[in-house]
Amino acid sequence: MNAVPRRDNYDVVVIGAGPAGLAAAATAAEAGLSTLLLDENAGPGGQVWRAIASTPVTERDRLGADYWAGAELVQAVRASSAEIIQRATVWSLDRNLEIGVSVGGASSFVKARRVILATGALERPFPIPGWTLPGVMTAGAAQTMLKSSGLVPDGPTVIAGQGPLLWLLVAQILRLGGRIDRILDTTERRNYLAALPHAFAFVTSPYFAKGLAMMREVRAKVPVVGGVSELAAAGDGQLATVSYTGSGRRETVPAGLLLLHQGVVPNVNLAMASGIEHRWDDLQLCWSPVLDRDCNTSVEGIAIAGDGAGIGGAGAAVVRGRIAATSAVEALAPAAAAKLAPMATFRAALAQAERGRTFLDTLFRPAPQFRIPTGDTIVCRCEEVTAKDILDAVAIGATGPNQLKAYRRTGMGPCQGRLCGLTVTELMAQARDKTPQEIGYYRLRAPVKPITLAELAAVPKTEADVQAVVRG
Amino acid sequence: MFKRSDQDSRQPVHIVVDGAAVEAREGDTVSAALLASGRDVRRATAVSGAPRLPYCMMGVCFDCLVTIDGVGNRQGCLVPVADGMQIEIQKGKREIGR
Repeated sequence: MNAVPRRDNYDVVVIGAGPAGLAAAATAAEAGLSTLLLDENAGPGGQVWRAIASTPVTERDRLGADYWAGAELVQAVRASSAEIIQRATVWSLDRNLEIGVSVGGASSFVKARRVILATGALERPFPIPGWTLPGVMTAGAAQTMLKSSGLVPDGPTVIAGQGPLLWLLVAQILRLGGRIDRILDTTERRNYLAALPHAFAFVTSPYFAKGLAMMREVRAKVPVVGGVSELAAAGDGQLATVSYTGSGRRETVPAGLLLLHQGVVPNVNLAMASGIEHRWDDLQLCWSPVLDRDCNTSVEGIAIAGDGAGIGGAGAAVVRGRIAATSAVEALAPAAAAKLAPMATFRAALAQAERGRTFLDTLFRPAPQFRIPTGDTIVCRCEEVTAKDILDAVAIGATGPNQLKAYRRTGMGPCQGRLCGLTVTELMAQARDKTPQEIGYYRLRAPVKPITLAELAAVPKTEADVQAVVRG
Repeated sequence: MFKRSDQDSRQPVHIVVDGAAVEAREGDTVSAALLASGRDVRRATAVSGAPRLPYCMMGVCFDCLVTIDGVGNRQGCLVPVADGMQIEIQKGKREIGR
């Protein structure tokens, strides 16, 4: 059975137990602050270290050293005074640092003096024709099943997209006896040239040798088609074929499973719903929070660490988690902060961890055709709204994502815009000849995850809460 | 679509999917167990009735929505299986009260 929070207030509440959240919780607890770590999954690790405490994949070289690097941090947090609650869904956070959290079907509120959001990233939407068909999944989905349940693709499988995760995943699937028939690399040729000026930092970063070795391992076993465009999935109620243009030729191959990946973007829902200012990032093509050097946001008392602060990878996430927590300790318990590692060491470590990132962001910048769909391609998976529907709404006066809700309900389904928001912003920006910053994003509100009315009604309330709404 | 790695030596867990017994493993999420079962576990959307399977497996896409022990619209990818768990594949809209 899940535990509920033991207290109703904490010095520090950390939301998300991936690399950033684990590091933040460990640091805050080490300094003697009362620390609560809330995480939605069954075990700690986030996505990159998913199921690290429970994976059935026991031969360590199958998942790689970067995966197992998380074990030590999980151990440190578990040994610390931090209270950890798994399967806790945070659905609300406001400017008073009150957190609404659902555990085991019951919700309660906890108050924090500092909140560190470590809600990480999600995969960038990949809106191609047929991407809602059963059998089309994200690469991350396959990796999640591989790590937490030892499940690997079986039957004809195609993987399409670009970026480091794609190659890592194929290597892991093959090592575990899974099947990948073809890799469709969608990296635009012109990106290689654009990335060249940033190559030195990358070549001298830890990514380089690892990436090269992995690509060599994969290329020896799986055919790779480069420069892929016009990707489409098709089938009658179930994926049957994948079509694409590569090297000037149109090809169609049979597939039971298509895995898509074109990088990851910050998971902004909770941060935006708590009123934190975000800006459009022209390099990473996503919304990123406006932060100071200590990871503090525009809302007093809330910091963001990890990929939710802008994509930096697991190494940078750990360091940002420590920076955010150290900053919280400096504010709440200056005497304890003196005993922690000095902030300067973290800043140097962050610069090191972020080395090579600009190269990766430039090389693996997703092509416009895979970000901004046309015609009957579905944009909003929940409400089943197509690119054409959205352009039609723009033509009769929809100015931005929030007006569009009234026209087409985009972003109003259960995923709350997570799988369509970026596409809608870019599609409308292009149609209206505006920048994504000018077009803006959905106005997000709590609850950022659906909870039942019964659960909401059962939230503990004071006499004053009741009096505030009772009439007569 | 997916098969279990031969490294997997976790204990079996028995769940019921639309009345049929399905063997999962301890630590599987409901969605992973359904995808591993080899059964047709496609849900039908509330909007058009289109068939869907889980897309993200990490709690963001809501294409894994499923009825678990009588409670509708649960995210199957976030709920671990338990012995005797009753799963219903959702076909279309939910009804009030469940």
